Amino acid sequence: MTRGHWNDKVIQLLLLCAAMFSIIVVALIFLFLTKESLPFGKDPGFAALLGLRWNPVSFEKPSFGIIPLVTGSLLVTALAILFAVPFGVIGAVHIAEVARPAERELFKPFIELLAGIPSVVIGFFGLVVLSPLIKNIFNLPSGQSALTGALLLALMAIPTIITISEDAIRSVPNSYKEASLSLGATRLQTIWKVTVPAASSGIMAAVMLGVGRVIGETMAVMMVTGNAAVITASPFESVRTMTATIAAEMGEVAFGSAHYRALFCVGVVLLLATFGLNLIALRVMKKHRIARE
Amino acid sequence: MKNRLTERGMYAFMRIITYFIVVVIGYILFDIFRGGIGAISWKFLTDSPRKSGAEGGIFPVIVGTLCLVLGTIAVALPLGMAAAIHLSEYATQGRLTRAIRLAIVTLAGIPSIVFGLFGLGLFVIFLGFKASILSGSLTLACMILPVIIVSSEEALKAVPRSFREASLALGASKWLTIRRNVLPYALPGMLTGSILGVGRAAGETAPILLTVAAFYLPKLPHSIFDQVMALPYHLYILSTQLPDVDAVRPMQYGTALVLIALVLGLNLAAIFLRIHFRKKYRW
Repeated sequence: MTRGHWNDKVIQLLLLCAAMFSIIVVALIFLFLTKESLPFGKDPGFAALLGLRWNPVSFEKPSFGIIPLVTGSLLVTALAILFAVPFGVIGAVHIAEVARPAERELFKPFIELLAGIPSVVIGFFGLVVLSPLIKNIFNLPSGQSALTGALLLALMAIPTIITISEDAIRSVPNSYKEASLSLGATRLQTIWKVTVPAASSGIMAAVMLGVGRVIGETMAVMMVTGNAAVITASPFESVRTMTATIAAEMGEVAFGSAHYRALFCVGVVLLLATFGLNLIALRVMKKHRIARE
Repeated sequence: MKNRLTERGMYAFMRIITYFIVVVIGYILFDIFRGGIGAISWKFLTDSPRKSGAEGGIFPVIVGTLCLVLGTIAVALPLGMAAAIHLSEYATQGRLTRAIRLAIVTLAGIPSIVFGLFGLGLFVIFLGFKASILSGSLTLACMILPVIIVSSEEALKAVPRSFREASLALGASKWLTIRRNVLPYALPGMLTGSILGVGRAAGETAPILLTVAAFYLPKLPHSIFDQVMALPYHLYILSTQLPDVDAVRPMQYGTALVLIALVLGLNLAAIFLRIHFRKKYRW
């Protein structure tokens, strides 16, 4: 064995350790979120989380029901996806199939730029520009509503949806389109009846990743949804999401208190939700790749 | 004839939707620029904040964000690049590699606020780093690790096999081959991707909220164990937590513009680097 050989072995081992670091971080995230939230099961008990009221700072009887937070997150997410999916998919189809090359070269990086704008800046824009606009258009007492948050979130999900869907649409083999065109279908029919269905699993994955981004988004939502922990299905009412609750309250809780534990429980719910969404998206994308081959 | 008309209409509709997205993005940038440019002056950039940030400048805030960015780079860059070299050059198809890849994808999908909780639990409390630059940088580094690994791996994969084979055929060891014949060509691409990750770290609020950011601390940090103010959190405070938020509008816009200039400046730098090196290395 030469010295050079040993050197190579050591470096190979170091590189492997660096690669393993990702696994370690994921494990630590699950470990520490569980560790900090588990004691909640002993004191108020996990059943308290299923309550319908979130009022952790009440002096007489604090309540830790996360249902209003979950419904708040779901309402904002559902609305955001309702806006983001049609815009994202139509935008992706346009950029992939219709736009001139020069247009595509310009639009794609520009839309990706949107993904680079920090969420707190989007939230600030929402607070100063969008929120008063919503208030005036719908004649509401306050512009701080689920709708305002959803519009901002849609804006933040659109680059994810466009980038991944566009790749999926562009990877549809030309032979599919040629076959359709040669049978006398118009270009538009080919796009919507052949190309988009062929790319549908990639588009689904894009939507799923978009949903993941929307559920986990914190700052923009916290700044414009008004943060009232009520159960509602109205887009014009103020809601409080899971993410905003953690961000707004973690700074003021006593370390180790039931409230502190409850916020970590909310974190676990968020972690599991995004983890599940990602796994599904991954599976769908894999299917897409296999179908392509 | 009627079909042709509907077809034209549909195309127009799709174009309008796309242009609408682009116009909205443009308007956000324009609005921040228009509101912020008037607030920015030499004094604003170099002065300390006063009265909870309602007056004065944002110098310690900028320094705080730069400290966090440098700390994040110092941790995430070597780790991420090393992981990418392993995945692209050494890893074999197997359970371990699959687990590593799954971990990277999982990490990429975890919400930033959950990273904040994790940083709070591990670095701030368990390891006793308190709320500090160290805790914040480590948390942000964990968050941007997937971005750096994925883009670095792509850059490594883009170096042709023949570069490696030529060196190996001459008897060079694997590591020597990577160091001399792969890394020099992949490095620009690796850096480009990493800059994008760093840009994301600079703009994130939720993770630093729980691990480092001070509400109001108008002085410069002395060590990595100090708390600092940071641009994203400062913008949040200015726009929601002060008693009279409308009166400090210019300060808010100014801070937003500095933050956007920093983050988008990093992104633009990455894009130009990519174009530059794509022209320089062609194989």
